[in-house]
Formats: sequence, C-alpha cells, structure tokens
Amino acid sequence: MTTLGLSTYKTVTEEDVKFWFKAASVSKFPSNGGACIKYKNKQIAIFNFTREGTWYACQNLCPHKMEMVLSRGMIGEENMEAKVACPLHKNNFSLKTGKHLNGDLEAIATYPVKVKDGFVYVGFSE
Amino acid sequence: MQTIIVVGNGMVGYKFCEKFVAQADTKKYKLIVFGEEPRVAYDRVHLSEFFEDGDAERLSLAPRSWYQENTIELYTNERVSEINRATKTISTSKNRTFSYDHLVLATGSVPFVPPIRGVEKKGVFVYRTIEDLEETLAYANTVKGGKAAILGGGLLGLEAAKAVMDMGLEPHVVEFAPKLMPRQLDSRSSKVLQVKLESMGINIHLSKATNQILGNGKITGMEFGEDDTLDVDMLVISAGIRPRDELGKSAGLDMGTRGGIVVNNKMETSDPNIVAIGEVALYNQMIYGLVAPGYEMAQVAVDQILGKEETKMAAEIDMSTKLKLIGVDVASFGTPFMPSDKGHSIIFENKTESLYKRINVSHDGKKLLGGILVGEADDYNMLLQMYQNEMPLPENPEALIIGGRGEGGVSFGSAMDLPDTAVVCSCEAVTKGAICCSVLEDGNENLKSVAQATKAATGCGGCKPMVSDLITESLKTLGKTVKVQICEHFEYSRQELFDIVKLRGVQDYDELLDTVGTGHGCEVCKPAVAAIFASIYNETANKQNTIQDTNDRYLANIQRNGTYSVVPRVAGGEITPKQLMAMGRIAQKYDLYTKITGGQRIDMFGAKLHELPLIWEELIKEGFETGQAYGKSLRTVKSCVGSTWCRYGMDESVSFAVEIENRYKGIRSPHKFKGGVSGCIRECAEARGKDFGFIAVEGGWNVYVGGNGGANPKHAILLAEKVDKETAIKYVDRFIMFYIKTALPLQRTAPWLEKLEGGITYLQNVVINDSLGIVEELDAEMQALVDSYKCEWKEAVETPEIRERYTHFVNSEETDDNIEFVSLREQKMPKEWA
Ligand code: SRM
Ligand SMILES: Cc1cc2nc3c(=O)[nH]c(=O)nc-3n(C[C@H](O)[C@H](O)[C@H](O)COP(=O)(O)OP(=O)(O)OC[C@H]3O[C@@H](n4cnc5c(N)ncnc54)[C@H](O)[C@@H]3O)c2cc1C
Ligand code: SF4
Ligand code: FES
Repeated sequence: MTTLGLSTYKTVTEEDVKFWFKAASVSKFPSNGGACIKYKNKQIAIFNFTREGTWYACQNLCPHKMEMVLSRGMIGEENMEAKVACPLHKNNFSLKTGKHLNGDLEAIATYPVKVKDGFVYVGFSE
Repeated sequence: MQTIIVVGNGMVGYKFCEKFVAQADTKKYKLIVFGEEPRVAYDRVHLSEFFEDGDAERLSLAPRSWYQENTIELYTNERVSEINRATKTISTSKNRTFSYDHLVLATGSVPFVPPIRGVEKKGVFVYRTIEDLEETLAYANTVKGGKAAILGGGLLGLEAAKAVMDMGLEPHVVEFAPKLMPRQLDSRSSKVLQVKLESMGINIHLSKATNQILGNGKITGMEFGEDDTLDVDMLVISAGIRPRDELGKSAGLDMGTRGGIVVNNKMETSDPNIVAIGEVALYNQMIYGLVAPGYEMAQVAVDQILGKEETKMAAEIDMSTKLKLIGVDVASFGTPFMPSDKGHSIIFENKTESLYKRINVSHDGKKLLGGILVGEADDYNMLLQMYQNEMPLPENPEALIIGGRGEGGVSFGSAMDLPDTAVVCSCEAVTKGAICCSVLEDGNENLKSVAQATKAATGCGGCKPMVSDLITESLKTLGKTVKVQICEHFEYSRQELFDIVKLRGVQDYDELLDTVGTGHGCEVCKPAVAAIFASIYNETANKQNTIQDTNDRYLANIQRNGTYSVVPRVAGGEITPKQLMAMGRIAQKYDLYTKITGGQRIDMFGAKLHELPLIWEELIKEGFETGQAYGKSLRTVKSCVGSTWCRYGMDESVSFAVEIENRYKGIRSPHKFKGGVSGCIRECAEARGKDFGFIAVEGGWNVYVGGNGGANPKHAILLAEKVDKETAIKYVDRFIMFYIKTALPLQRTAPWLEKLEGGITYLQNVVINDSLGIVEELDAEMQALVDSYKCEWKEAVETPEIRERYTHFVNSEETDDNIEFVSLREQKMPKEWA
C-alpha cells in the first residue's frame, strides 16, 4: 500500500461528485492553513483559506519528489489565484486548477469541498 | 498559411519561437518545432545550477503549455533525420514527413571529444545536456571521495571542475595550452586565476597532451607522457564544441571547411528557404559559442522571414564574457590581448589578494579597447559599456581599475551616463533607453516587472546589477524613492515593515496585511513578517504558526521524506555524559538516525510528525531545550576548549561560548546567525567564519563580525580589539540588533555588512561611537529579547492545542504509509527519491 503514485489522484469537479466524504470537524483545520485527511488509499490536503472565506482540497502528494507534504505547505495568492507552496522546495500550485505555477511539473488533482454543520466534506467520484 | 519548421529546441531555437510569436500574425503562420532532447528547451547556461536542487524543471525556458498557448506544435524526443530540399519536406526519426515553407536549423553543437585512445571507457563524460549531468552525477556517486579530471581548462571546463567538486570529487583540470582560459586571458591573469583556483582545492595541470585513457573497461587514469600519468576515477571532457551540421551536409548546403553551415548576414544558408542560427551557423567563418550572438541571429531570422529585410547581423560580434564560477570573478571584454602598436595596457596586479585587472587603451588615451578582470569583476558591466559605446575615458584611465569602490573613488559616474543606445543586456539586446523607458513611461518599478516587460536580465543575468541601478536612478528622476519591496503584497521594504509593526503596535499578520498590504499574502511575505513579529515581541513560532516557514511551523527541520530532525541545544558544544546517555536512550527508543553536526551538537533524524512532541517531552524532562536548528535565529556558538585545558589558551572560551549562546538563544533574525569563541589566535573554533566571533588575545578579546561559511565563505571583520568581555558582549548586542532591524529578508550578516554604506567603519561608528544616537535603544531592545526567552518546544508540549498540530491525518490515527526507510551502516536513512 505504500508509495501510491500520481495516478491515484484525479481532479474531481463539483459535477462529478458521487459522494461527499465527511472528513473532520472545522476546528481541525487552522485558519489560513491546512491539514491532511485520509480517504481510502488517498491522502488529501484540505486548506481553510479564511482570508478568502474559501476551502480548498488537493492531493497531499507533491509531484516534484513524490512526498506526502502539501498539507504542511504555506498558502497564499498570486494575482488573486489561491495557491499552496510545497514545504520541501517551494513549488507553487494553484489551488483552483492544480496548475504548477513556477515551473512545468504535472498539475495536482483538486477536489471540491463543502462545509456543513461544522464539518468539512470532500467530494469524490468513487 | 505558411509553415515554418524549426529544427532544434535548444536555447536559440526557443528564442526564435519566442520572438516569432511576439511579432508575427500567428494566423498567417504555422510553427512546428522538433527537439531531439526529451525535455522542452532549457537554460543550458545555468546547467550547473541543476546540482543545487536537482530540479530540471526550474531550468526550462518556458513550460510545455506555453507552446500550446501560442499554437506552436512541439515534438520533443523526435530528431529530424533528413531534409529534402526539392520537395521542401523533412522527415524525422519517427518516420514522419512534414512540409515547410521556411526551415530554421537551430541544431546547436556537441562537445568535441578528441580521438584519444580509451575515451569510450566507462566513467568518461561530456557536459552539455541535463542527461549528461545526470549520468555524470550517478557515476560520481559511485566514486565519491575519488578524483575527477576535466579535460580542457576553458570557460566550460572550469565550470565543470566546480561541478565535480560539488559532487564530492577532487577536481583536476588538464589543459593542453600553457595557461587556463587561453582564449580569454593573458598569461599573467591566467596565473592569478590558477593560484586562486588551487587555493580553492582545484588542481591544475597545464601543457598536458593526453595520449591515452587508462583502465580496464572503466577509467582509472590518464597518460600524458611516458612516465607522466594521473590517477583519476572519472573524466569530464570539455575540449570545445563542434557544430551539429550533419543535416546541412547531407542536404548539400554550403559548409565550412571545419564544419558549420555557412550563413550570410541575413542568416540565409546557400538555400534561400533555409536559415541556420545559433551554434550550428558559421558566420564570418566563426562559430559563436555564446547565447548572445545566437539570440541576435534568432532576431535577424525572424525579421527576415517576416519581410523586414533591413535587419541584418552586425559585422562584428562581441565575445565579451564573464565567468559564472562561484567563488572567483573572471571577465574579459573587447580585445583582451593587444599588440603594443594598437595601444597601451594598464595593469594592476595584487597576488596576495588574487586580483588582476588589465585595460587596453588607445594610443591617444581616448578609447577603451578591451580588458581582463580576475578576482573582482564588479566593474565589468560599466567597463563593457564604455568599450561598446566608445565613451570618452577619464584623464587618468588607471582610476578605472584601481582605487576601487567604496573608498570614495567610483570612477565611472552612474549607469545613467550611458547613451540611450547602449546595449545593457547583451543576451536579449536590450538598450539602456528601453529599460529606462519601461520605468519612466510604462510604470514598471522593480526588477521583476522590468524584466518581464523588456526581457532584460532574463538571460545569463550578468547585467542584473546594472539594470537595477538604472531602475533605481530612473525612479529617482520621477521623484520616487526606491525600496526593495518585500513581495507583491507589501509595497514596503523589510526595514519599513519592521518600523510599521513596531510603531503601530501591530499584533498579527492579518492585521498588517489589512492595514498596509494587499491581497492574501504568500510564502515570501508570511515568513518575513513572522520574523519581524518574533524580533519585536519575541513571540515563538507557535503563536502564528501558519505564517511560518515549514520548519518553524513544526519546530523541526523537514527532511527529504517528510520526516523531521530533532536538535537539542548544546550550548558551546559542552555536554555531560549523563545528557549524552539520555540522548542516546531517546534516539534508540524512537529509532532515530544520529549524527554529530558541523555545529558541535547532535542531530537525530527520521522522526515522524506525531513523534515530535513525544520525543521532546522526554528530552525536556532530561533538561534539554530546543536548539532552534530550524529557525532563522541563533544556531550555535562554537567553542574551542580554551584555557581550562588547552596549553595555549588565553582565556576561557567555553565559558564565554556557553554564556553568549544562552544570551542569544531564541532570538529570531532575518537569517540564521552563528557565533564562535576561540581561546587564542590558533582559532580552533573558526570564530572568524561566523556571524560574530570572539578570540582571546593578550589583554582581552578581539571582536569580529560578518563572517560565514556556506556557499560564499567570508571571514569576519575586526570590530574591536582587546576589549573586556562585557564590552565585547555590548558591541555584539548592538551589532545584532542593528542587523535585525535593517537587513533584507534572508540576508546574512556578511552580505548585509558588505552593502552597508561605509562598511565596517560606519558600523563601528554606530555601535561603538553611537553616531546615530541609537545605542540606548538597541541595548534596551536586546535586553528585552534576552529577558523574554522561552523554550518553544516546552510551550508546545505543554499546550494541548499546539500538540494537536502534530498529527499526519486529522481524521485518522494512522501514520503516513508513504515513508520508507532503508538501512545504512547500522542505522537508517530515507529511501532514495525515484
Ligand atoms: C545538520 C547540519 C549538517 C551536519 O550534519 O553537520 C546542517 C544541516 C543543514 N543545513 Fe547547514 N548544517 C549544519 C551546519 C552548517 C555549517 C557549519 C557551522 O555551523 O559551523 C554551515 C557553514 C557555516 C555558516 O552557516 O556560515 C552551514 C551552512 C548552511 C547553509 C549556507 C548558509 C549561507 O549563508 O550560505 C544553509 C542554507 C541556508 O541556511 O539557507 C544550510 C542549511 C542547512 C539545512 C537547514 C538545510 C535544510 O533546510 O534542510 C540542513 C538541515 C538539516 C537538519 O534537518 O537538521 N546550512 N551549515 C549542521 C547542523 C549544525 C547544528 O548543530 O545546528
Ligand atoms: C555548461 C554550459 C555553460 C554555458 N555557459 C554559457 C555562458 O555563461 N554564456 C554564454 O553565452 N553561453 C554559455 N554556454 C553556451 C550556450 O549554452 C550555447 O551557446 C547555446 O545553448 C546555443 O544554443 P543553440 O540553440 O544554438 O544550441 P543548443 O542549446 O545546443 O540547442 C540545440 C538543440 O537542438 C537539438 N537538435 C540537434 N539536432 C537535432 C535534430 N536533427 N533534430 C531535432 N533536434 C536536434 C539538440 O538536441 C539541442 O537540444 C554554455 C553552455 C554549457 C553547456
Ligand atoms: S547538510 Fe548542509 S551541506 Fe549537507 S546537503 Fe544539507 S544543506 Fe547541503
Ligand atoms: S517535493 Fe514538493 S517541491 Fe520538491
């Protein structure tokens, strides 16, 4: 079950959602920061972008060196596009599109998030 | 619709595409590009940087998506194998055929491998592509600690020498000529360079013709003469380049006698539908192995294809160069060597400092014809401009190379004195006029936006200082003051933000962003502001944890596999046997890899996120506290054993080191800072290699500041001599506080001191003579920091909300199953990156 590759993660859009996974309570996610959750064999980074009033989710796996670290990255924005900077080598990824912003790595998969009754839900298609 | 096929997706081929899509109506043209390499075009000039982070993507000139956005069809990993001029088609290695209206050959060159017996042996490499480098690196890892030779002592060879040194091998440069960089340097400057390189650990062998590569299957040595051999484990050949002209040859284009596809000043080959640019093109009977002429050729080719026939290649091409080799500046421009009937030379040489400067001046003393700089090339840009623009020389031209900067005598005036037509960025051919205009008329105010708008400083980067000067000066003429803005979210320098936070008593990042910033911040301003809060309020990283760099956020250094290291403070390097046993017990319990660090303490690696509070709880119980190995803060104060034991010791260096380390521990600053205390001038603690250092001498302590090891080693400079301990501490208190308040983010004390106008004399005036009237304030601020110290790990383990942060998943007790270790000499290490 170790070293699950990039192929484990595919972007899910709001329309594709078949199942909203109840991840954890809102209090588990620091304001303007992230934390990681587990869903089946996936590690998903969830960010509470308080300043924007938005939540984002993406794969926890950084496509640069395949480490499970993105949830520990710093979030921020470039031209008002929300992004996360990988803690290992500061590669930046858009939290909206998953696109690698300061280079040519593969885009990361993103997932829809909703908050209901104090809980954070992530949308999956399987 | 016309089809243009570009063969070669290297630096010049890419530049052609970039210039073409910027100028052409893309509806009228279709651009198809073939590249033989697997990657999209990347910056070969900075190939050596690939070592620093092993990150190939960073070198790419534009991402693959850029080609799509500009509707360029790009086929990488596909070589063009044949040109059929009659049908105007090409075919490729994948057996596909395409027709063209215009064909652009930008196939570059390959390293020249001399026909020496045995070159096919394992362990022999060239240095041109990322793949070359990866192979070299992989092999180097198998012969770590061994010797590597570089065949060729030219520009590239020396860069390769530095690279193999960084790979952990002992470098040996073997040159056929009797001097290094024979094309750029005269014998004297080459000698100065040689001595300097040797002092850096690069061995130089001149006048050596290699007969044979020795070894059975893989290289074990090189043979020059009968009894003249050199044992080596690896060889990198850097003996010049040969144009990749095979397509031209097979298509029957006119070729040079020694290779290269002949072009005229429109870049046209002997077939008017085919142009050749870059290192494959033979222009004026020369191959130009530099990017600047290649880029100019690309521009000419674009204009010619678009019908702007007046653009032609200049008759004379400037081959001025500056070496990027870290640690030594070397530059040559214009005519570096000059027969005496053309003019006279002014030469300045200082062997002890490894400095050599030569300028060649016309007989009438009016024009600069060329020159050579070794050891320090700060004035290269300005000299190059004077030469290129034939600017009048000062009455005493020697002032251009002696006197130097800083000591009052800047001889050039400012970059603003250049004519508007002066080409400042030669890679992209951007003039001074264009740069100033982009500031004055288009409102660009910093290097990043000017670079984006004009492309200046995006090539080799050598012109960056001058472009910055031009921006600063242009802004001044607009009445704007110039500041080094921290990032797009704050229009302030770090120093200004520091004052704002302090004067307005701003308490947190969001408040600061809301009141004086814009947007939502980023990974540049967040940690910079975090450090400011820490320096003013001495708050720990636990308080605003999401604006901290990852190491500060989790109070531990993240490792390559996402685990962390644990480094307790061992002030002055002094540790009791009991503490050692405690540490050993804890490391064993959590199965941590342990190592003695270069900072005289013990690092324990491989802790998983959730284990950190558990480990620290036990360490704290044993009396340890955090060593802030993760922080931009005081690291260690290295000590030698000193007069307590050592027969030469003049004073108690360990006691002093322990005292001073405990004084400054936990203080956060623009970059990390380190100290050293030596008991005598034998300097076993390397105090002069630290940000601050004390050395015991007859009659007191000498105080040094502004040193560091790292990538650009600098010895610390004497601040005060023979002072007592209290005075020594006071001066260093003020020095550190002054640095904390005025430095740029991530600027260590050495570069800070270097940029400080007036240098050490000014600093002495501030901290000793109180010339600014601020020492009282500095003293009070430092004392406040010292008094408010607390161990942030103690705070973390004792506070449940903080402890909660140390979990890999917030919805599961499981740990990260992606982490794998392998064993290493009875300990463990992370599994290699794929
Ligand atoms: C562990 C250690 C190597 C060792 O095994 O000996 C080490 C390890 C790291 N060093 Fe170092 N340095 C270590 C002593 C040094 C020394 C030697 C010294 O302090 O006497 C130097 C040269 C002296 C100096 O700093 O002037 C040194 C110069 C650097 C630099 C270059 C700084 C510069 O100004 O150029 C970096 C990069 C940086 O800080 O940006 C760096 C960065 C790093 C980082 C933090 C890289 C990183 O971000 O992961 C490494 C963290 C390892 C970890 O997880 O703990 N390390 N590093 C040493 C820890 C000392 C300690 O007890 O805290
Ligand atoms: C380590 C290093 C350091 C350097 N430092 C400097 C410096 O400081 N300053 C400076 O000015 N210059 C420097 N140079 C030189 C500079 O990199 C070259 O001048 C520049 O890359 C030339 O560009 P080019 O496009 O002509 O050739 P290249 O960049 O070599 O590109 C040619 C490309 O065409 C491809 N190709 C060849 N044949 C075919 C084919 N038939 N079909 C498809 N593709 C093909 C090749 O694979 C290659 O990718 C350095 C070079 C190296 C290697
Ligand atoms: S410990 Fe220091 S020198 Fe060694 S690899 Fe890490 S940063 Fe480089
Ligand atoms: S692992 Fe994420 S940037 Fe390198």
